[in-house]
Amino acid sequence: MEQKTKVAAEKGKQEIVITREFDLPLELLFKAYEEPELVEQWMGTKVVKLENRIHGGYRFETSHNGTVVFSANGTIHEFIPNKKITRTFEMENSPFPVQLEYLEFEKLTDERSKLTMHIVFKSVAFRNQLLQMPFAQGINMAHNRLQEIAKKQIIQQ
Amino acid sequence: MNLRRDVFQAIADPTRRAILLLVASQSMTAGAIASNFDTARPTVSKHLQILTECELLQQEQNGREVYYHFNAKKMKEVADFIEPFRKMWDDRFNTLEAVMKKYKPKK
Repeated sequence: MEQKTKVAAEKGKQEIVITREFDLPLELLFKAYEEPELVEQWMGTKVVKLENRIHGGYRFETSHNGTVVFSANGTIHEFIPNKKITRTFEMENSPFPVQLEYLEFEKLTDERSKLTMHIVFKSVAFRNQLLQMPFAQGINMAHNRLQEIAKKQIIQQ
Repeated sequence: MNLRRDVFQAIADPTRRAILLLVASQSMTAGAIASNFDTARPTVSKHLQILTECELLQQEQNGREVYYHFNAKKMKEVADFIEPFRKMWDDRFNTLEAVMKKYKPKK
C-alpha cells in the first residue's frame, strides 16, 4: 500500500520535506489552514491567534485537564491563498530553536490536491533531535513493542 | 532514498509487522513462520522477501534450512528516526481530510 504522507529527511541535511496528496479540492485543503476553527479540529490544538497576512502571526495552545501542555507560535512571511504560506514555527518552553516552514499547495485535479511542507532547521542535530522526539499519538502497539524489542536486542549485542 | 521508503512500506503492513514480532522472539524458517498465519504460503514468502530486501530480516543458512532472523539494528534505525514523525503528520492529515470532507461553507 502506498503511503499517503511521505517524509524525506536526507542524511546530513538540516531540512525535511513532508508531502501529502489529499482527496480534496485545492480550495478546501487551503481553507483547512486558513480558518482557525478548522485548524483547531485537525491539529487538535486551540488557536489563540491566526493572522493570515504578511507580518501576521499565529499562536497555538494545547491544554490537558486545564493545564497548557504545549504552545507554539510563529510569524507569517507570505500568505498567498491556494498557493503558499511561508512562516516560522517555534515551540515555546522547549530547547528547539525556531524553524522555517515553506508550505506549497497544488491542484492535482478538480478533486485532488497536494501539500508540500519544507521545514528548515537551525542545524542537522536539531533536526534529528526533533525527529526522534517521542510522538505518542498514533503509534500503534505493535510498533512500540517492536521498538522495545529492538532496543533490548541492541543492548544485548 | 527509495530504499528507505521501502522500509516504511514494509512496516506499514500489519502482516509484516506480525512477522517481525514473531521472528523478533526467535529465528525461524519460512515454514514455521507461515504456520502462524492463515495467509497462503506464497503470500507469506512475498512478505519475507520484502522484509529481507529492506534488511529488517536476515537470512541464515543452517544445514539445509534457511532461518530468518530479526535485524534489530535496522529496525531501531527506522523506528527511531522518522516513522513516528511521519505517522504523526499522517494522522493529522487524515483528520484534516475527514474534517474538510464534512465541511459546509458558511453563507
